[in-house]
Amino acid sequence: MEHYPKVTLSTALEHGLSEVEYQRIREILGRDPSYVELGIFSVMWSEHCSYKSSIKLLKTLPREGGRLLVGAGEENAGLVDIGDGLAVAFKIESHNHPSAIEPYQGAATGVGGIMRDIFTMGARPIASMDSLHFGSLDKGRNRFLLEHVVEGVADYGNCLGIPTVGGETIFEDSYEGNPLINVFSLGVVKHEHAVSAVAKGPGNPVFIVGSKTGRDGIHGATFASVELSEESESRKSNVQVGDPFTEKLLLEASLELCKKSWLIGMQDMGAAGITCSSSEMSAKGHCGMTLNIDKVPRREPGMNAYELMLSESQERMLVVILKGFEEELQAIFNKWDLNCTRIGEVNDTGLLEVYEKGTLVSEIPALELVLGGGAPQYDLPAAEPVYLKALNDLDMEALPEPQDYNEVLVTLLKSPNITNKHWVYSQYDSTVRTNTVQGPGGDAAVVRIKGTQKALAMCTDGNGRYVYLNPRLGGQIAVAEAARNVVCSGGDPIAITNCLNFGNPNDPEVYWQFKEAVTGMAEVCRSLNTPVTGGNVSFYNESPTGAVYPTPVVGMVGLLEDVTRSTTFEYKSPGDFIIVIGALNGTLGGTEYLKVIHDQVQGNISPLNIEFEMRVQEVCMEAIKKGIIRSAHDLSDGGLAVNVAESIVAARKGIGAKLDFARKLRNDELLFGECQSAIIVSIAEDDLINLVIISQEFDVPTQTIGRVTDTGRLVINELIDIEREPLEKAYYETLKSRMA
Amino acid sequence: MKIAVIVFPGSNCDHDAYSVLKGIRRMEVNFVWHKATDLNRYEAILIPGGFSYGDYLRAGSIAKFSPIMTSVIDKAKRGYPVLGICNGFQVLVESGLLPGALITNRNLKFLSRPVSLVTRTTDSVFTRNLNKGEKLVMPIAHRQGNFTADEETLKEIRDDDRIVFTYGSELGGNPNGSVLNIAGILNKERNVLGMMPHPERAADPLLGSTDGLKIFESLAGNS
Repeated sequence: MEHYPKVTLSTALEHGLSEVEYQRIREILGRDPSYVELGIFSVMWSEHCSYKSSIKLLKTLPREGGRLLVGAGEENAGLVDIGDGLAVAFKIESHNHPSAIEPYQGAATGVGGIMRDIFTMGARPIASMDSLHFGSLDKGRNRFLLEHVVEGVADYGNCLGIPTVGGETIFEDSYEGNPLINVFSLGVVKHEHAVSAVAKGPGNPVFIVGSKTGRDGIHGATFASVELSEESESRKSNVQVGDPFTEKLLLEASLELCKKSWLIGMQDMGAAGITCSSSEMSAKGHCGMTLNIDKVPRREPGMNAYELMLSESQERMLVVILKGFEEELQAIFNKWDLNCTRIGEVNDTGLLEVYEKGTLVSEIPALELVLGGGAPQYDLPAAEPVYLKALNDLDMEALPEPQDYNEVLVTLLKSPNITNKHWVYSQYDSTVRTNTVQGPGGDAAVVRIKGTQKALAMCTDGNGRYVYLNPRLGGQIAVAEAARNVVCSGGDPIAITNCLNFGNPNDPEVYWQFKEAVTGMAEVCRSLNTPVTGGNVSFYNESPTGAVYPTPVVGMVGLLEDVTRSTTFEYKSPGDFIIVIGALNGTLGGTEYLKVIHDQVQGNISPLNIEFEMRVQEVCMEAIKKGIIRSAHDLSDGGLAVNVAESIVAARKGIGAKLDFARKLRNDELLFGECQSAIIVSIAEDDLINLVIISQEFDVPTQTIGRVTDTGRLVINELIDIEREPLEKAYYETLKSRMA
Repeated sequence: MKIAVIVFPGSNCDHDAYSVLKGIRRMEVNFVWHKATDLNRYEAILIPGGFSYGDYLRAGSIAKFSPIMTSVIDKAKRGYPVLGICNGFQVLVESGLLPGALITNRNLKFLSRPVSLVTRTTDSVFTRNLNKGEKLVMPIAHRQGNFTADEETLKEIRDDDRIVFTYGSELGGNPNGSVLNIAGILNKERNVLGMMPHPERAADPLLGSTDGLKIFESLAGNS
């Protein structure tokens, strides 16, 4: 018999449980927990698995409606109908803490985890994206993190053969020491092949498939639920190690399995490994599971039930099938040379029973472990941060207007947040699977669905600086801007997934940021009818120097009924008219310009009128569907001047633009101010009248501000007059040279 | 023409190649699993891109020991066309069907981007429809595509007109540091072609280029 330490309150506290939680466990069990049981409770009730500090607020997000078939939280990822008998499953997740201390494996296993979330539902992943936030590029440590995170994402996704088609890479001092590594995956499934993460039918066998279990990642979920500290470096053993080749085998084997009528349910093992998958599947099916832990194939000898239950070894799944089909199951996994081992069966007691060497070491009602069951849920105190009032004051009088706007534009194009990220995405295989109609670098990526006329547009958006300055509005903008990006590429927004990266929720100011941002996102999601399919909350994103910017990252997905309507942002033909759809009211608060040129993170960010925003998006969408839009580009970081410069440098040689228009704004507001509800499009002269008709229908102003030229210059009023070459150099070569 | 697309467990361009070949007139395509050994009914073989067996050691180095490769080598020796794309090229080199070696890219990173190719020979079943000097655009996606060989081998493949494609100067030029800008080569008998770029990813106007189709049409004997 295995000897375990005696459990006391102090053991529970060491496991990250509170005294109240420990007492609650004793009440549930009617006795002191065993050491194995304590381990199980500690991971299942960790923030990472239980969402205990966030779930009450997450429930305020719209989680049904639109095209949603399966809602958030019900499965690993929501399912959204796209017609033709097909559905898409997509989700974004963080792997921040592992990546902070072991960037390559942290990022790689982040990709592996999100992919399993998708194919465990029976959906074949067809595209992925990443949203990466680092500290300043000036620091060697951050360049090191960037280098290895990108390599980790690349190696894992490339080997799996899933194209990484988009994303974002952002640099702010606040992410120093605690980078945000969020990865998104999207898969497609025929309705009838969608699989549920459920255990049902007492006596049905339970199998573990895929990799053997090792000691890696024990307490990873708990590790993710505390702040990083000086000691974190010593917790590298909490970081899992990825094996993308095995994942590829598991992917193919699982998708074969999903087509079988005798499959009852399947769940991947991510955080909290066997514990989480067995308890969640049981709770969902209102049953229990009896596991013989000695059967689990392991990488090293001497592992006990505690370690086996808590290991976060990658590339594993828990599978429940109908009794009598064991040989058929084995045949699939044999074909792919993967382990497939029966470790127990479904029971009708509702208990998660774990036997080790014949001894019952854990006997817990499964429902008590999980979110929606016995896992704690907290309302935490929230208080408006004191920094807000001071930061929202922006003294425009004290802000000198620049002398040389050409120089400012070049400086902004070199800014790491704006400059082209080719250095990053050229390391990602973006064209495998031959569906990538628009790859990385545009407003949104577009991936076609073979066998249909359809395509999906997708992007990630997370501007932490905006949310820091105004959490409610920042949350609203995150959703609205993501939708606008998808619209610019030709997609009708259908649903979002979100990854909410915040600091320590026990800090009332952090919790207030969280609450406000979620409220803002919920408001806009409701207006746009883009429900939340699921996602992830990552708290405790703090380094020794403080909390990160509150950073909700939105993964937005849109549908193109006709793939040939995919629209890009570069100018196409000299003579085309450059037009603003919406209102050009740039403000400087919270802008990239203010940060880069004036070294200030300050001011009120641009307001959002959601009702107007929707009409602007509808005009753009309608015009794209009518085939009159030659290029469309959302006005965002860096304002109008950067927007137009990007559409020039990405265009073929010789293309330029000449803009001439007036506004009652300061020159720097006009050129570099950021605003919502503005899309810059180019169209042929003959289509002007058609665009006017559409915009009148939706009562949206449009204004011609200039024309595409063949001079290879960018000219804006009397303010900017510059050749393409320095713009190209600034935009395309900065990151490469900074990383050399 | 009956063509087999070999599927290693880590192949990930197998379906891409399959779906393009299926659309080629007079081409009949099937997948063949790596544990199989019988290729008798096939008149051509395609080894697709991917990570055959994970390639943690060296790309293609384990694939050469797989059951199917004995049959592929046999087919090649008997003069049937064998086309290796990306990882397929790596497997062909490791198996000794093609000379030289494919080492890590000059910048030590995985590279995914479109490249410009120049057709150097039309004297092969793969390029008979092309014109000498014809430029093609298609994507690359690899970490180990930097072709190298000793001086003697290089002289031989050059003298024998076995360099099929080189990287052109457009679109950033030679991406990976390959000697003589080599992107694809033939064996001595001219029936085995290995190339790093992906023609199957350039076979649909929606994806930006159809240049890759010319290679498959050549192989099928279509004009």
